[in-house]
Amino acid sequence: MKKKRYFAAFVVLFVLLLLFLVMNLCIGSVNIPFSEIPRILQGIGTDETYTEIVTQVRAPRAFAAVILGGALALSGYLLQTFFHNPIATPFTLGVSSGAKLIVALVMVASLQFSVQLGSWLMILAAFAGSMLCMGFVILMSKVINQMAMLIVSGVMIGYICSAVTDFVVTFADDADIVNLHNWSLGSFSGINWDNVKVMAIVVLITMFFVFLLSKPISAYQMGEAYAQNMGLNVSRFRIVLVILSSILSACVTAFAGPVSFVGIAVPHLVKGLFGTTQPILMIPACFLGGASFCLSCDLLARTVFTPTELSISTVTAILGAPVVIYIMLRRKREKMG
Amino acid sequence: MPGKEMAQRLSVVLTERVNPEMMNCEDVVATGRYPYTGKFGILSQEDWKIVRESMELVRITELANRDFNKISDGQKQRVMLARALCQQPDVIVLDEPTSFLDIRYKLEFLSILQEMSRKRNLTVLMSLHELDLAGRISDKIACVQGDRIDRFGVPEEIFTQGYIPQLYQMTTGSYDELTGDLELPSVQEKPEIFVIAGNGTGTSIFRRLQRERKAFATGILWENDIDFASAKSLAAEVISVPAFHYISDEQIKQTKKWINECESVICTLKESDMVGFAKALSNLAEYAKIKGKLITYP
Repeated sequence: MKKKRYFAAFVVLFVLLLLFLVMNLCIGSVNIPFSEIPRILQGIGTDETYTEIVTQVRAPRAFAAVILGGALALSGYLLQTFFHNPIATPFTLGVSSGAKLIVALVMVASLQFSVQLGSWLMILAAFAGSMLCMGFVILMSKVINQMAMLIVSGVMIGYICSAVTDFVVTFADDADIVNLHNWSLGSFSGINWDNVKVMAIVVLITMFFVFLLSKPISAYQMGEAYAQNMGLNVSRFRIVLVILSSILSACVTAFAGPVSFVGIAVPHLVKGLFGTTQPILMIPACFLGGASFCLSCDLLARTVFTPTELSISTVTAILGAPVVIYIMLRRKREKMG
Repeated sequence: MPGKEMAQRLSVVLTERVNPEMMNCEDVVATGRYPYTGKFGILSQEDWKIVRESMELVRITELANRDFNKISDGQKQRVMLARALCQQPDVIVLDEPTSFLDIRYKLEFLSILQEMSRKRNLTVLMSLHELDLAGRISDKIACVQGDRIDRFGVPEEIFTQGYIPQLYQMTTGSYDELTGDLELPSVQEKPEIFVIAGNGTGTSIFRRLQRERKAFATGILWENDIDFASAKSLAAEVISVPAFHYISDEQIKQTKKWINECESVICTLKESDMVGFAKALSNLAEYAKIKGKLITYP
C-alpha cells in the first residue's frame, strides 16, 4: 500500500523532470520542434542553428537547473532536519547571502587583477562564505532557542551581506559588472558545459555522502536525546550535516547566485506527495523535485517576458512563497488543536 | 562503550516531547530497531516482527496506523515504551514516565512495566515524583536529595517514620508513611469545636475544618483507627487510646473537660456505631447534647 504510493510518487517526479527538461530544450526565443531534439542529442541534427542553440545554450542551462535545483532542495531539507524547523533554508538563514558576498568580493578582486576565475575557486569562495554565515547562525542558535527569532536573525544577516554585496557591485567599475549584477540577483544564464561538469562532480559526490547519512537523519528526527540513545554521535553528525548542506548551497550560489524559496517549498511539497519523512526516500525525491521545480521556474523566467529575462528568484519566490505561508498557517492550526 | 553497543543494552523513555512529522505509531516504535539495522536503516522481516511483538506487549496494536501527533499523552507514553522495548535492552531508563498521565494511565503504564521486568528479566530504572506509586512498584528506591543519593533500600526502609518529611525538608503540613496521605498544616489555636469521630467518618470533617481555619479537638480515637492519622495531623488536640485497649475513666474525664471548653460538638458517628467497645462515645455525645452543644455540621 505504502510502497505503491512511493513508487507512484517517484514516477510522477521522473515524468515531471523529463517533461520540463524537454520543454526547456524546445521552448525559447526560437522554438525548436520536439521532433528535432532526439536527433540533435544524437549529434545528427539537420539544422545547424537548432543544434547550436540546444547543445551550447539550452542544454547546459537546463542541466545546471537540474543539478543546482536538486542541490538547493536537498540543502534545504538537510537544514530543516538540523534545526527541526520547516522554514530553515540556506536562503532564510542568510547562508546564501554570505556565500554571495564572499563570491562577489573574490570576483571583484579578480577583475581588479584581471585574473580569470575558475569554477572551483568560485565554489571554494562560496563555501567559505556559507560556512562563515552558518557558523554565525549556529552560534546564535545556542543563545536563541526560539526558532522564529533564529530565522529572523538569519534573514537580517542575509540583508547585511546583500547590502555589502550591492555596495561592492556598485563601486566596482568594469564592463563585466553587468554579469556580476545578473548573477547577484540569481540566474542560470551564461552557464557552459565546463561549469556543468564541475557542479555535477561536486553535487554527485555530496549526494553520495548525504545518502550515507540517511540512517542517522532518521534517528535525529526523533530529537537529539533519543538519537543519542540510538547510538548516534550527535555532535559529529551535526557537523557533517552542516558541511554537506553548505557545500550544496555553496555550489548553487557560486554558479547561479542566491535562489530563494526552492529549499523550503520543494521538501514540503515532496513530503506531502510521499506522505512520509523517511530520509532514504526524501533525499532522492527532494533532488528530483528541486530539479523539476527549478526547470519550470527557469522556463518561466526565460519565456514570460521575452526578450527580457527575469531573475530566477523572482519566479521561485512567486511560486514558493505561498507554500511557506501555507506551512505557517497549517502549523498554527495544528498547534491550536 | 561505543554508541551502538550501548544502544543495544540500554534504552530510554524521556520527558522530552517528540514531534515526528508524518509518522504513525508503528513507525515511531520501529525507530527502536535502529541499533540493529544496517547502513541504510532498513528493517528486516525479523525486525518488524519484534516491533509488532513490542506493540502487543504494551497493548497498542490498534494504534499502529494512527498519526503519532494525534494520540493522547497516555497513548504516546505507551508508544514510547514499546519503542524502548523493541530496542531489546537489558536496562530501560524512564524519566518521570507517569508525570503527565491521569491515574488510569499511570496504573496501566506501571503494571506493564512490572510485567516486563518480571517476564523478561528487564532492569527498570525510573525517576518518580509520586511517592505512593514509588512505594508500590519499586524493588529498591534511591532517594535523591540535591545532587546525591541520600538513602537507598527497599520501600520498607525508605517509608519509615519521619524520613520522607526530612528528605523533602518539609516544614509545613504532614505526610503519613502508611497511607501516603498528605495533610496541610493544622490550625494550632485553642479548639472551639470538638469532634467525636472514628471508623473513617471524621477525616473529611477534619479537612473541612482545616480549610475553614477552625481549630478543633477530637476523640476518643483508637490509635489504629483510620481517622487517627489525619486527626494527628489536623487537630489541635487528640485524645487517643492505644490500639485494642479499653477506654479509661481518665480519658473520659479529659474528653468531658474539652467538651466543656469547646463552643460546639460534632458527632460523626451514628448511634448504631457506638456500641460495645465504643459505648462510651455514645455517652459522651449524650453529655454534649445535654449541655446544648451538639450540632449537626452543615
